[in-house]
Amino acid sequence: MINHWSSENQERAKELLEQYPEKRSAVMPLLYVAALEHGYVSEDAMREVAGLTGLTSAQVQSVASFYTMYKREPVGKYLVSVCTSISCYLRGADAVLEAIEDETGILDGETTPDGKISVEHVECSGACGGAPAVSVNWELVEGLAPDKARDLIKWLRDAEPSVIFGDEMQMLFGGQQSFDWGPKEIEGAIAALPAFDPYGTAGGEK
Amino acid sequence: MTQKILLSRMEAHPSDSQTLARYVDTGGYATLRKALKSMTPEEVTAEVKASNIRGRGGASFPTGVKWGFLPPDIRPRYLVVNGDESEPGTFKDRMLLERDPHQLLEGIILSAYALDVHESFVYIRGEYPKPARRLQRAIDEAYEAGYLGGNILGSGFDLDVVVHLGAGAYICGEETALLSSLEGRRGEPRLKPPFPAVEGLYSKPTIVNNVETISNVPWIVENGGAKYAAIGPETSSGTRVMSLSGHLKKPGDYEVVAGITWRELIYEVGGGILDDRELKAWVPGGASAPWFVPAEHLDTPVTIDDIAKQGSMIGSGAVIVMDDSTNVVGAAHRLVRFFSHESCGQCTPCREGTTWLERILLRILDGYGRPEDIGLLLDVSDNISPGLTWPPAMTTICPLGPSSTAPVVSMMKYFRDEVEAMISGAPISIGGVSRG
Repeated sequence: MINHWSSENQERAKELLEQYPEKRSAVMPLLYVAALEHGYVSEDAMREVAGLTGLTSAQVQSVASFYTMYKREPVGKYLVSVCTSISCYLRGADAVLEAIEDETGILDGETTPDGKISVEHVECSGACGGAPAVSVNWELVEGLAPDKARDLIKWLRDAEPSVIFGDEMQMLFGGQQSFDWGPKEIEGAIAALPAFDPYGTAGGEK
Repeated sequence: MTQKILLSRMEAHPSDSQTLARYVDTGGYATLRKALKSMTPEEVTAEVKASNIRGRGGASFPTGVKWGFLPPDIRPRYLVVNGDESEPGTFKDRMLLERDPHQLLEGIILSAYALDVHESFVYIRGEYPKPARRLQRAIDEAYEAGYLGGNILGSGFDLDVVVHLGAGAYICGEETALLSSLEGRRGEPRLKPPFPAVEGLYSKPTIVNNVETISNVPWIVENGGAKYAAIGPETSSGTRVMSLSGHLKKPGDYEVVAGITWRELIYEVGGGILDDRELKAWVPGGASAPWFVPAEHLDTPVTIDDIAKQGSMIGSGAVIVMDDSTNVVGAAHRLVRFFSHESCGQCTPCREGTTWLERILLRILDGYGRPEDIGLLLDVSDNISPGLTWPPAMTTICPLGPSSTAPVVSMMKYFRDEVEAMISGAPISIGGVSRG
């Protein structure tokens, strides 16, 4: 176990390692847990995951570098991912990205100097019926017009929500949805990582 | 026909269709109870075979045939459910996971019982934490109620289900790449054969099926495979959730029976073209599929075989509609950029070819196109997939590279004059808007 991890995350790591027939399968979820501990997938994070799974650091690095969601550089508190794939492109995604770049004062791939917001364009988010779509810490907003995208950035900067809820953003800034979202979701993201409780990355009232 | 199989519960009970209480209240898990008590695994398998259901992930491979590839005497076997939905234009599994996770879960338990599987993994793309949470809650409820775990409903059958999140890689939707990823490796496709049914997860026999495919299993077992097979044309049986996007008035997920025409799908189901503009072209089955155009395809039927006969595919059921204002070079560039970004890099034709296609298209788009770029685009495409035929000839381990040529070839086939005009710098009008 990694002694300097929080006791919850040590417990999670133990469960994740037991969850698969072979330890190596736990590499991907453990990278998320390690990223939560370190703020991103740092060299130390990869070394720790290697130790837990019995792999070398190089092996873990080869995995981490393959997937776009493992950030090997520090990212902002809010990771704003703008979908610019075909369906969103057809519905004006480039204007949304431009509005967000303008409002944050940074370009695609950068983080604001205060460390609050990172902006990136991503390939298809699976929100094509609600194009153009943006996610914040992987929670979606659909049907986001450029002016509303500016409002979303201002809100992140001013309100600094500690948990990102998709429904809240959708209500404040969203438009056309891919489908009826149904009941309000009770969990949201507490970091720039997918909010999934077994990885310790979800918050809310579960 | 308006037959509903997959979406009826979420449409009738929008406020709580994802809960165990509502699922059971609307007849859920009754089929599982019945099957565990009175059906043998072989009988469950026979119903799935009789349904003629073909995989909903993209390849349209008959599910019963896939199941039949399992070697009889090797254990353990695994069932892996593919929820890595990442094909641009596709957002149906996201809805099925968020809005009716128990339907999928009952399908998993029934399928696992049929296949003598005791451990199942659901691989969900990392960008889908909400669908993963909804499924995880359903799994937690199911364990609590005795539908999962040891000795399910007193039958002696055991099953565990684990949700595994991806981390941003389209290629992991390819089944062998998905298995590499699930084993904690880079998501690189493997050469086939061996097919996963023979040598899959941890080199054990493994069935990989799409979320939507497995979500149909409870209905099939409950009503019988023959009844499912009777819905729609013989070789496109059952219903299919189609994701409509692009320049439509009513984009969204719609459950349809194969055999309606594209005109009906686009103008009735999808509500017609946004702002009543003209339809220019559409992608019939996700980013990998060659385009269709109104003059040739609008009144042809939406079935797996009719689409294939006309040189494209239904793929993941994602229809991306482009109106007459669409710059085809821009659209092709955006599609090719996707494949270039998602290439895993193992095979040279794909890694290098997609990169060059993207750069040449961008050059044309930026106004620096050269007359020879037309031939160059086709030549590079031909090097990725010789002959530029459909289905595409393969030079690579998986179909990602060859798929990237579809937008380029489609653009050249139907809109070559627009590309030439853009390169020549002559003023052109696209959908009434002057460019150049």
